Parts: sequence; structure tokens; C-alpha cells
Amino acid sequence: MSSFRFEVVTQERTVVSTDVEYVVLPGLDGKFGILADHVPIMAALQIGIVEFGPRKGRRRKIALGGGFAEMHDNKLVVLANTAELAEEIDILRAQRAKERAERRLAEKRDDLDFTRAQIALQKALLRLEVADGE
Amino acid sequence: MAQSGREIKRRIASIESTQQITKAMEMIAAAKLRRTQEAVLATRPYFERLGTSLSHALAAAERSGEDIPEIVKTRTGQRHCLVVLTADRGLAGGYNSAVIRHAEEFLKEYPDTQMVIVGRKARDHFRRRNQTFLAEYVNLGDDPNPRQAQDIGQVIYDFYVHDLFDRVTILYTKFINTVTHRVEFRQVLPIAERDPELAPQGRTSPQALYLYEPSVNEVLEVVVPLFIDAAIFQSLVEAKASELGARMTAMRNASDNAGELIKELNLSFNRARQAVITKEIAEIVGGADALES
Repeated sequence: MSSFRFEVVTQERTVVSTDVEYVVLPGLDGKFGILADHVPIMAALQIGIVEFGPRKGRRRKIALGGGFAEMHDNKLVVLANTAELAEEIDILRAQRAKERAERRLAEKRDDLDFTRAQIALQKALLRLEVADGE
Repeated sequence: MAQSGREIKRRIASIESTQQITKAMEMIAAAKLRRTQEAVLATRPYFERLGTSLSHALAAAERSGEDIPEIVKTRTGQRHCLVVLTADRGLAGGYNSAVIRHAEEFLKEYPDTQMVIVGRKARDHFRRRNQTFLAEYVNLGDDPNPRQAQDIGQVIYDFYVHDLFDRVTILYTKFINTVTHRVEFRQVLPIAERDPELAPQGRTSPQALYLYEPSVNEVLEVVVPLFIDAAIFQSLVEAKASELGARMTAMRNASDNAGELIKELNLSFNRARQAVITKEIAEIVGGADALES
């Protein structure tokens, strides 16, 4: 199986830049996979898990905080709001973020930014899920 | 000599302690500047890619002829929103006052401008003038992070979509090198009139036909906020680098001035001491002469 270049870039750094044989992305309408020689595509992504790797070998995971992906000339670039490799995730921090978000949602204060707290919770749960597989 | 030796000694000591402080501040600014300069460079790959993708998606949306999202629509109104980036602290030469001066000029031209303020210096200045702000951000610290930019970007996005203003401009200080920075206006919205610097020419062929998943509009709804956040983050980082550069230069000048002052005072101290010695000798010689005669 042929491989292609895969990069995940955030505002602060390049999280991953490697050759892979497949990538699975969290699209707005659900997960979808990308293989080498895919037609040029631009896709909006939601908060979710990015999986990638060689076909036979270790699969790696990234916790993605939303963003979008662009593939052309056999190069797939994901521009992300936030992105963390599974092995980089600080489980204790994610745990704390989860508890904080849950507490905030439970308090039901008037000035609560509901969507924001929900997104925070979603991200924390995702990070825990991704880190769990490590 | 008007001053006594002891008085001069005291002044020298006081200036020396000031010099120690300015030297320390210079070194701190230099160390932080190095880190921030790296951050400036690190934002570029992301930003350039995002700019190219945005251009592609915009072109595709235009071709599709469908109703485009509100955030992308061009507006003709002249209601401005100005995002002013200054520092929280002073002692940075003319850094803050230059930005504030440009903001004042902008306000003179467009008096109904809504303002988003970053940095205590601008906030205090405009508060004294009884200006109201859409939002203010202080104590952002010395390491701008994307989350801060996202907070600011969110506010701008929401108010723009809710039709509170028609154009958004960032007023920041561009970092050219350690001693040179330039205050600049950078228009972000409407997206079609964004600053050319924010729309790098695509290296890929613009004719490449992309598949949009799920649709062009939905891709734009994701890309445009990312783009606004990135433009703000970039400006925050550049402004921070300029601030640190300005502080470093200001503190170096202060240290140099202190050094010169100390040199002059040392000279007058020596002169005063010499005068005392000469006087004493003259007295001894005078006394000896009196005894001999």
C-alpha cells in the first residue's frame, strides 16, 4: 500500500509530520478515512479522534479540538484548534478539566455560557478516551 | 566645587542601584524576546496554509453561486471595530504611546468606532477619556497563547454576525527586528477585504478542484473563525515581540545614561577630593612658612 505525507499543525507548533498509509478523520457528518492518492478534498472537522499509521503496525491517535483538513498532491494537512498526541496528554489535567466542566454545568448559573462549558466537557472526555488507549 | 565629596558619593550609589535595575530589566526582556521571536516564526506555517485554504474555499463558494454564510458576506457599511493591542506595563519607550496615538487618529476619523482593548495601558488611557469598550483584556501575560486569541476572536465573530459593525481592524505593532517595529492597521473583516498580508498567494494551482466535505459553506464556517483567531494570535505575538524589543532598547539606553552620569559624578568627586587635599597642603605649607619666619 502506498503512503502519503500527513501533518497536523496548530497555531503554536507542528504536532505531527510523518508518512502514513491511512488516516481516519472526525468529519462533521461522521468519521471518514483517507488513503493515498485521494482526490483533493477540504473537510470541516469536529471535536474527535484522529487515527493514523502504517497499515501493518502501530496505530497512533490524536485528540482533535476541531479544525479542518486539506488533501492535495498526496499531502494531507490538518489545521487544528488544538491537537494532542495520545502520549502527550496529561491525564490528571484532563481529569480536572472534566470535573470543572461538569461542576459548571451542574451549577446552572444564569451567566453560564452553556455551549462553552459543554465543549470543554466534550474535549476533556475525548482527551481521556484517547489517552486511555495508550 | 559646590557639592561635598560625601554628597557626590551618595548620588553615585543611588544611580548605581538604578542602573542595576535597568540592566536586569534589559536582560529579562532580552531573554523573553528570544522566546517570543521563536513563537513568531512558529505561527507562520499554520497561518500561511490557512490563508491559502481560505482563498480556495472562498473562490469555490463564489463559483457555487449558493447563498454564502453571513460571516463571509461583503458589507458596504462604515461602522468600524478597532482591536487595539498594547502592553500591560510601561517602561518600554514609546511603544504604548505610539499605538494609542494611532488609535486616537483612527477615532477622530471614525468617531463611532467600537473598540476591543487589549492591554492595561490602552484601557487606562481610554477610560480616562470616558470611552466605552466592547470588550477589554488585561493581564494576558508574556506568553500569548491561542486560547486568548480564540476568546477575542469569538467576541468579534459573534458581534460581526449580529451586525454590530461592518469592518474589523487590528491595530498592532509589527515586529521587524529588535530595534525596529512599526505600528500597523490590519483589516480582517469583511473577509473579502482582508489585509493582503493575511492572504498569502497560494503556491498550489488555484484551479485545483476540491471536494468539499460536507459542503463549501460548512467548510467556510469552520475555516473563517480559525482564520480570525489566527490573525489575532499572530498580531498578539508580533505585538509582544515588539513590546519586549522596545523595553530592551529603552532599558539599555537607561543603563547607558546611568553609566555616563556615574562617570561624570566620579570626575567631580575626584576633583572635590583633589581640592580638599590641595587646600590642606597649602595650609601646611603656609603654617611651616609662618614658623620659619
